[in-house]
Amino acid sequence: MTSITKPKVAHPSLPRNDLGLTRRDYEGSMSTLCAGCGHDSVTAAIVEAVWGLSMRPQDLVKLSGIGCSSKTTAYFVGAAHGFNSVHGRMPSVASGANAANRTLKYIGISGDGDSLSIGLGQLSHAIRRNLDMLYVIENNGVYGLTKGQFSASADLGTKSKKGEANLQTAIDPVLLALTLGAGFVARGFSGDKAQLIPLIQAGLRHPGFAIIDVLSPCVTFNDHEGSTKSYQYTRDHYHAAVETDFVPRATAIEVNYEASAVVPLHDGSQLRLRKLDGAFDTSNRAAAYAHIAAKLQEGEHVTGLIHASAAGEHEMHTQNHTVTTALNALPYAELNPGQAALSKLMARYC
Amino acid sequence: MTPQTTATARVNDLVIRFANVNGTGSASANNLIMKSIFRMGVPVTGKNYFPSNIQGLPTWYEIRVSKDGYLARGEQIDVLVAMNIETYARDVKDVAPGGFLVYDSTWSRSALLSRDDITVLGIPFARLCNENFDGLRNRTLMKNICYAGAMAALLNIDYEVIRKLVTEQYASKPKLVDANMKAIELGYQYAQQHLSCPLPFTIARMDSTQGQVLIDGNTAAGLGCVYAGATVGAWYPITPSTSLMDAFRGFCERYRVDPETHEKKFIVLQAEDELAAIGMVIGASWNGARAFTPTSGPGISLMNEFIGLAYYAEVPAVLFDVQRVGPSTGMPTRTQQCDVLLCAYASHGDTRHVLLFPANPKECFELAPVAFDLAERLQTPVFVLSDLDIGMNDWMVPALQWNNDYTPDRGKVLSKEQIDELPKFQRYLDPDGDGIPYRTLPGVSPKGGYFTRGSSHNKFGGYTEDSAEYQEVLDRLVRKFNTAKTIVPPAILLGPGNRAIGILSYGSCDEAIKESLHQLSAAGVEVDYLRVRAFPFGAEVDTFLAQHQMIYVVEQNRDAQLRSLLVLETEVEKRKLVPVLHYDGMPMTARFVTDAVLAHTPVDATL
Repeated sequence: MTSITKPKVAHPSLPRNDLGLTRRDYEGSMSTLCAGCGHDSVTAAIVEAVWGLSMRPQDLVKLSGIGCSSKTTAYFVGAAHGFNSVHGRMPSVASGANAANRTLKYIGISGDGDSLSIGLGQLSHAIRRNLDMLYVIENNGVYGLTKGQFSASADLGTKSKKGEANLQTAIDPVLLALTLGAGFVARGFSGDKAQLIPLIQAGLRHPGFAIIDVLSPCVTFNDHEGSTKSYQYTRDHYHAAVETDFVPRATAIEVNYEASAVVPLHDGSQLRLRKLDGAFDTSNRAAAYAHIAAKLQEGEHVTGLIHASAAGEHEMHTQNHTVTTALNALPYAELNPGQAALSKLMARYC
Repeated sequence: MTPQTTATARVNDLVIRFANVNGTGSASANNLIMKSIFRMGVPVTGKNYFPSNIQGLPTWYEIRVSKDGYLARGEQIDVLVAMNIETYARDVKDVAPGGFLVYDSTWSRSALLSRDDITVLGIPFARLCNENFDGLRNRTLMKNICYAGAMAALLNIDYEVIRKLVTEQYASKPKLVDANMKAIELGYQYAQQHLSCPLPFTIARMDSTQGQVLIDGNTAAGLGCVYAGATVGAWYPITPSTSLMDAFRGFCERYRVDPETHEKKFIVLQAEDELAAIGMVIGASWNGARAFTPTSGPGISLMNEFIGLAYYAEVPAVLFDVQRVGPSTGMPTRTQQCDVLLCAYASHGDTRHVLLFPANPKECFELAPVAFDLAERLQTPVFVLSDLDIGMNDWMVPALQWNNDYTPDRGKVLSKEQIDELPKFQRYLDPDGDGIPYRTLPGVSPKGGYFTRGSSHNKFGGYTEDSAEYQEVLDRLVRKFNTAKTIVPPAILLGPGNRAIGILSYGSCDEAIKESLHQLSAAGVEVDYLRVRAFPFGAEVDTFLAQHQMIYVVEQNRDAQLRSLLVLETEVEKRKLVPVLHYDGMPMTARFVTDAVLAHTPVDATL
């Protein structure tokens, strides 16, 4: 399977942003994810968000780790540089990249498998470092590329495709980020672009670490519970209704909701969402934590902007007093003290 | 006190060992003595044998004074200053026959621990200091400075030189100058009045340290990174590499901070672990900054996966591996050259990396810009393999010099104009036939965007699972490695090159081998010596291997790692390579090399 270049035909009537670019100018190569994958909706939301911000495509840097979600950096803003790194360690690459050039915008795409297991340490420390980037977790509770193992965000008691119940508690990225002091914390749903696009735009603009946990259902490996396509059902009924390689064509879940909604997932289970009401104080970290945790206990995922604070004022470069010029743009003459300084220095060593 | 034995008088040729308890401030006293001798124009080298501990365990410092300029570890202890009662029994044994042992006679020592063939000299350091200083901490510190004074009397070290050094050291704290000089005076006067000074081993002024400095390799490497134009340092603390980043940061604070705005033209990121440190280096290098990480063996083990990514995705990275004793945690404060194979082939899959082998602090400084040039020219990780002996001990080397005409080789990075002239930018082509593709940096041009990945890619940079496309890229990487052979620092040959026997070595073995060449010559054995400074090996290494009948490969590890690399990467006949292996964690002596060579060399081999 090689990468597929999208044919680029820009209709003259396509709307243009302030730079005169159309949405097509912010697209990448063709997605190779399963049809109906929530991640593709996130990709589309990013395209829309970046186009809407009228960002120069080359000013965006896309980074990812390993996994289904991490592949998606190839599917948007093809004119931007992308870096598909190693599992769970995109935050360190992003830290280094940002260290070298603070004038660009950094977006990292990760998944629950990538971020919450091997990547938990790197995610946590990128938050502590207050790295100026937007970190998107496409959260579906399973490992897709290795076919359906539980991830660390799988809810207690949920069943795998093979019918095994998950016996471990879930790590919620939003509670994690709140605990660690992230300055911008949000949750979205891949099926609700209307909410997601402004969150992405706000996250990109936040001067510091911004994280959006995007609930993004897996059509292939979350399509089993109580289903006639389960392993047990197939064996009981003898004729194979489900082949493991067969990916049913599904329609991406979309929902528009005012305050709260119950979203049916592909496997028949439900995802309950609750939008924060306008009166919610997003600046109070402790209150936000208490609210999210309480709602989680009720089985509800609160979405929207959950917390935004001035922590961004102390992003990595501010902490370090780095020059405003990108370090990679400093002329060598400004970096090298020269022979005169060296001979003076050498006097200290004799 | 045993009667003084008759020692053969020697001038500027001795080894002094100080046995201390770590955390008691003995380093200042030992440095003071070493630097005084250096200031008297006498070649000197100091080696610190310290525990992996902050306070309370035994530590030794060894100063070798050599009028001939030999800088390897000395072969015998002539004078031992026993300040640690815990190690006294062992210290007594370590003194060479005819040597001297100085101990703190405030408390009596068991006569059983004495020896007839050495002279034991007692000086009541603790009593002198207790009578003259207040406070437990102060008394402990001053006790050590006090022995520096005694050594000055015993060895004839110029008292004025010492006074000047103390004054310089505490220039900002005059009170400390007085206290330290008082302690020195106490030791000096006691020795003069109670012992027959000087000993037969003395220091006399020479003029052999002009233009030289005393500096450790980590300081020199950190300084080298500043001069190379590195702006991003990422690291996780690990002995014995920590002082490299401390040095880089310190020099940057001195040279790279705007005096008015206080803005910094560098960033040092202390990562959560080595996995992150190398990720940061890769991210920064990919984004066009010169970035590096200092670490040691355990760090390299952790970094392996990322190193493979940098190799395959062709991202520059500079790593300083200050090697320590392995395997596993090993002995963190002892020296070895045990990461050669680990670094040469780091990461899964077919990978080979460029290695540089500095032999001393001067080369740590000089090879730093070379490492960045190679990493950016070749778009690949480059490892500088130093070790604890080079990195943490003070070596006497010629004062570091910088060539102001140097311009960094940033490699094949396309400018905006160059990108925009192209019909389409493609990442992994080989238009120049040297195996090195062109790259672009983020933010420069929308036509320069490409996707960097560790997954299989074709020469255009696109993802591929096509066998031929995959293999084409992998084969080009071999061409690139062959290009590396022609641009890495060449090996250095000592000798005419046409002798039957050769020694081949690298890194910190150098001083011991150079001294050994004189010993071998005196024994009638003449050998050529080739010191490799880089991997992949250049053509001169092939020539040396072909032209010698027998080659001793001298190195500081158990498994003959350099020899293995030679067998794997050259056409040399394996049995021609005789391993000479030193791996107890201490620096090698010349005698070790000489004995190994003499034991194995057939009598007529050099005829």
